[in-house]
Amino acid sequence: MADDKMQKPPMPASASGVGDRPKKKTFLDRHQILERNVTLLAIFAFLVVTIGGIVQIAPLFWLENTIEEVEGMRPYTPLELTGRDIYIREGCYVCHSQMIRPMRDEVERYGHYSLAAESQYDHPFQWGSKRTGPDLARVGGRYSNAWHVDHLRDPQSVVPESVMPKYGYLEERLIDGRYVDELLATHKLVGVPYEDAHIENARADFKAQADPDSDYDGLIERYGESAQVANFDGRPGISEADALIAYLQMLGTLVDFSTFTPVASR
Amino acid sequence: MAKKPQDNHEVETTGHKWDGIEEYNNPLPRWWLWVFYATIVWGIWYTIAYPAWPMISGATQGYLGFSTRANVQVELEAAEAANAGINERLAGVELASIPGDDELAGYARSAGEAVFNTWCVQCHGREGGGATGYPTLSDDAWLWGGTMEAIHTTVTHGIRNDEDPDARYSQMPAFGRDELLTEEEVVQVVNYVMSLSGEPQDAQAAAAGEEVFTYNCAACHGENAMGMEEQGAPNLTDAIWLYGGDYDALYETVWNSRFGVMPPWQERLTEAEIRAVSAYVHQLGGGE
Repeated sequence: MADDKMQKPPMPASASGVGDRPKKKTFLDRHQILERNVTLLAIFAFLVVTIGGIVQIAPLFWLENTIEEVEGMRPYTPLELTGRDIYIREGCYVCHSQMIRPMRDEVERYGHYSLAAESQYDHPFQWGSKRTGPDLARVGGRYSNAWHVDHLRDPQSVVPESVMPKYGYLEERLIDGRYVDELLATHKLVGVPYEDAHIENARADFKAQADPDSDYDGLIERYGESAQVANFDGRPGISEADALIAYLQMLGTLVDFSTFTPVASR
Repeated sequence: MAKKPQDNHEVETTGHKWDGIEEYNNPLPRWWLWVFYATIVWGIWYTIAYPAWPMISGATQGYLGFSTRANVQVELEAAEAANAGINERLAGVELASIPGDDELAGYARSAGEAVFNTWCVQCHGREGGGATGYPTLSDDAWLWGGTMEAIHTTVTHGIRNDEDPDARYSQMPAFGRDELLTEEEVVQVVNYVMSLSGEPQDAQAAAAGEEVFTYNCAACHGENAMGMEEQGAPNLTDAIWLYGGDYDALYETVWNSRFGVMPPWQERLTEAEIRAVSAYVHQLGGGE
């Protein structure tokens, strides 16, 4: 073998960029300029990654079928949005996903697969990447409010094999929604279509949703019939548990699937 | 495997040199190079065959017409079609006849168990074992009735929920909180109720509690306290307690009342699934 190799004519120097400088610069010669200059290399690598990013990300902003048109989606009510913040603060997403994939086992266990439209008011989305507990994308209405209270207080009392920690202290921590209007305004800033009326009445709506004896007509008018009014934790005052359960009880309940026709190209 | 690089001086170097160390410019193994070319060809084919390139209003569909959503639809329909015959029969027959029909009962037992373990087990426990506040389904004590019809109605419409206007509904008054009874009367009636199931109690208070019971509780729980299924009122004379039968639990029940809620399932489950899970619950031990 060694002999064969030796009989072959040597590679032209211009092909490998080795040896004497050829008169005509080849592509590889020019590429050497990049390889030997770290600043240039960084600039060109950045350009290549940028092109890749633009091709993948930019079309999502103009393609019409990125977010499908469905009936029933609405922005979160102030109480639900507060509950969502508690969900994020407690790290629920570490163990619970909110993303039902289009697979038979998931659809039969959790319900209709998730749609992009259902996350359109989520900043940030809570799809998650790992399930230690079950998916929560359609947990709304699946259990009673009392079950959620029992389960947050002591998950093992209703699901003996559960490894979920106890969240009973959420009931003890009362919240007054002092900054909830600013929370809504912040979400408006990133594209959630809250109107001025939503933000002006945010604190009133926050209190009304957790109290079935209140005058909650305004809340229903602004957010529709899908806003559930209840004393979620069954205790006086508005606690973090009220907000969290209000959020959990609306998850996945908004879209009217009788109006939804799946697009085949997905 | 790959041959050892030639270590004689005829092999070219890349020209890279550092502290006298040079880098050989041996050619790549052919198989590696061809695999590399093949992945490029495969990559191009893939973007043509499957949905890939973004265009003006949508992405290219790919000539294979692949769609995850269509696939799951096909799978669900195939599973439905496979069980269509028996599901249709299950949904069509008299409810009461299901437990006696070997084929339907056998099917409902396994199909119903799957439904139960997906939707019901979180409250009612494995095999209907129940928990405090969530009725045990494997015994013969029923709040709203244990016949196939009664179980079927409960599963379909649920209990005390806001979603279904036909939900089973009853509400025990909060005798203490709403000041319908004095604290003394609550203590008396709690002692009386404890005496009904033979629990240790204050005999004097229990005797006084009988009158309180007759005027306030008997309308739903019955004069003999055996309960009333039309009202979802439990039998108070047995040792089965939904919220606990000790003094503290009973005091809480009479003072603040209880309001157990069950969701309606007709929106989420098909009629055949509801019948299957009803038959499953019926055969857990206490079906009437």
